[in-house]
Amino acid sequence: MTVTAAGPPPVSARPVADPPARFRDLLAAEWIKMRSLRSTPWTLGLVTLFVIAAATVEAWDSYTDFPGMNPETQREPMFALSDAFPLTGYWTLTLVAVSAGAIAVVSEYSTGLIRTTAVAVPARGSVVLAKAAVVTVVWTVVGTVIAAGSFAVSQAILSGRDASVSITDPVAVRALVASALLPPVCALIGLGLGVLIRHSATTMVTGIFALLVLPSFFSITMRWSAEINHAMVLTAWERLIAMWAEPSGDGFYRPTVTESWIVYAAWPLVAVVAALLVVRHRDV
Amino acid sequence: MSGSGFPGSIDGVIEVNSATKRYGSKTAVDNLSFTVRPGHVTGFLGPNGAGKTTTLRMILGLDAPTAGTVTVSGVPFRTHRRGLRHVGALLDAHHVHGGRSGTAHLSALARSNGIPLRRVDEVLREVGLTDVARRRVGGYSLGMKQRLGIATALLGDPPVLLFDEPINGMDPEGVLWVRHLFRRLAAQGRTVFLSSHLMTEMENTADELVVIGQGRLLAAEPLARFAARSTRPSVVLRSPQADELAALLVAAGARVEPEGVGGLAVTGLPANQIGILAFDNKIVLQELTTRSASLEEAFMKLTADSVEYLAGQQR
Repeated sequence: MTVTAAGPPPVSARPVADPPARFRDLLAAEWIKMRSLRSTPWTLGLVTLFVIAAATVEAWDSYTDFPGMNPETQREPMFALSDAFPLTGYWTLTLVAVSAGAIAVVSEYSTGLIRTTAVAVPARGSVVLAKAAVVTVVWTVVGTVIAAGSFAVSQAILSGRDASVSITDPVAVRALVASALLPPVCALIGLGLGVLIRHSATTMVTGIFALLVLPSFFSITMRWSAEINHAMVLTAWERLIAMWAEPSGDGFYRPTVTESWIVYAAWPLVAVVAALLVVRHRDV
Repeated sequence: MSGSGFPGSIDGVIEVNSATKRYGSKTAVDNLSFTVRPGHVTGFLGPNGAGKTTTLRMILGLDAPTAGTVTVSGVPFRTHRRGLRHVGALLDAHHVHGGRSGTAHLSALARSNGIPLRRVDEVLREVGLTDVARRRVGGYSLGMKQRLGIATALLGDPPVLLFDEPINGMDPEGVLWVRHLFRRLAAQGRTVFLSSHLMTEMENTADELVVIGQGRLLAAEPLARFAARSTRPSVVLRSPQADELAALLVAAGARVEPEGVGGLAVTGLPANQIGILAFDNKIVLQELTTRSASLEEAFMKLTADSVEYLAGQQR
């Protein structure tokens, strides 16, 4: 009788002992999942180019408009940082990051892959933590590249009018860090919402609504409304990249820098903790 | 080979103990108890909606039972930090991300459980997907996805394997291969638990059966005994000494009817026991066939009864 070329038996000898359950194995697994999707490099690449391009356009506009500006604005170029971190670019970045964070988990729910994952790793909270860690690292790297790129390009253009900010300026550093951290903050919020909601479209709409639409509902002319407004992520980001803010008391209530950093930390923390609590007790 | 362990060992035993699962007001599984032992292919049968998938999900800790307990090797599956070395499962071949390659899908799973990556190539070769391993899973046929699901189940070389409707979408060659694989896994001392809504899938694969209907246990017994429930002749045989054998069969408790020249249709005794009886009495057998229709009939009858019983109870 001839043996057909069937390769080795399906099952090798059973492993001697169960290797320890290491968290870094989960990190590696989540990293494989993220990088093995073709959409990942495309999304990251395109959004990077888009935000840097937006900063370039803003800075170029200021460069060409510069001769017509009043001398006071020319002496104190308040626009230098808002050109480096333009609203158009960072709104788009927010939208992409919150969606990407959501997709990292919602894609598992919508395909049913989550069940395969849960059988492989019954410690579901660890899976959520590993996903959150990988999402945080990837978007912090991308956020840093984008913030550094848009800052460098915009200031290079503005230096032609002697209207740039130096990287050694503490406010510039704060604006850079806040802008670099905006995408991981948004991605973690998306991830948390994704675990809670599990449905792709609903998660996206909720995330975009909470981050981009909700702040505009709350004016800063009334105390209670301003308090809610200050608790918004984009409000915090805008405060952190502002070169200077008028103190409250002129009928407007403005957030403080400390308050804004707390908001930055609180949103992703609450999102991830809520996800961890829910995922342990819910049927998959 | 660790095998099935010593007698009385709970290694590899699936134990469903008075398990109930309710979704809102709907009871999917109702006070269900059964045991699945290693070394056998156990078929898990029931009509669509009988609660098979819910039961498998409870075994895998995906759904928590509303009442009762479900354990594998003596512990609830969810107590494990990593699962692939304890239980391998194919619940649904579509539970993959279409944008990843087969290799990437398996690599991520292997990595999460600290399984060496060469094991990925091994299981891909085993299921015959080596050539398409680098292609995106979205382009796989259902049969190929089933093979990928089986590869996933084999990845951790587990002592317990669960498969939910694994033959759906497979070509005849694939069906043969998968039956052979299940038998081989059971022969290695593993627990193989295989769900289906088709009796015909079981007759050549399973040697034990668990049958449920409306979330309740209808039968848990060897396939041969299940077949004996049928009122129709379950085995057809042909022998030059048919008369002599007929008398022996009747003495052994079977019902016998003549069928053609030298043929007998036997009810109530499985083919293997008839074979032994013939051999012991030096009777020549020219044909000995189990009629699948009888298994199917036993199954239909049992499940139909359960539906009637419930309908009657509600009135």
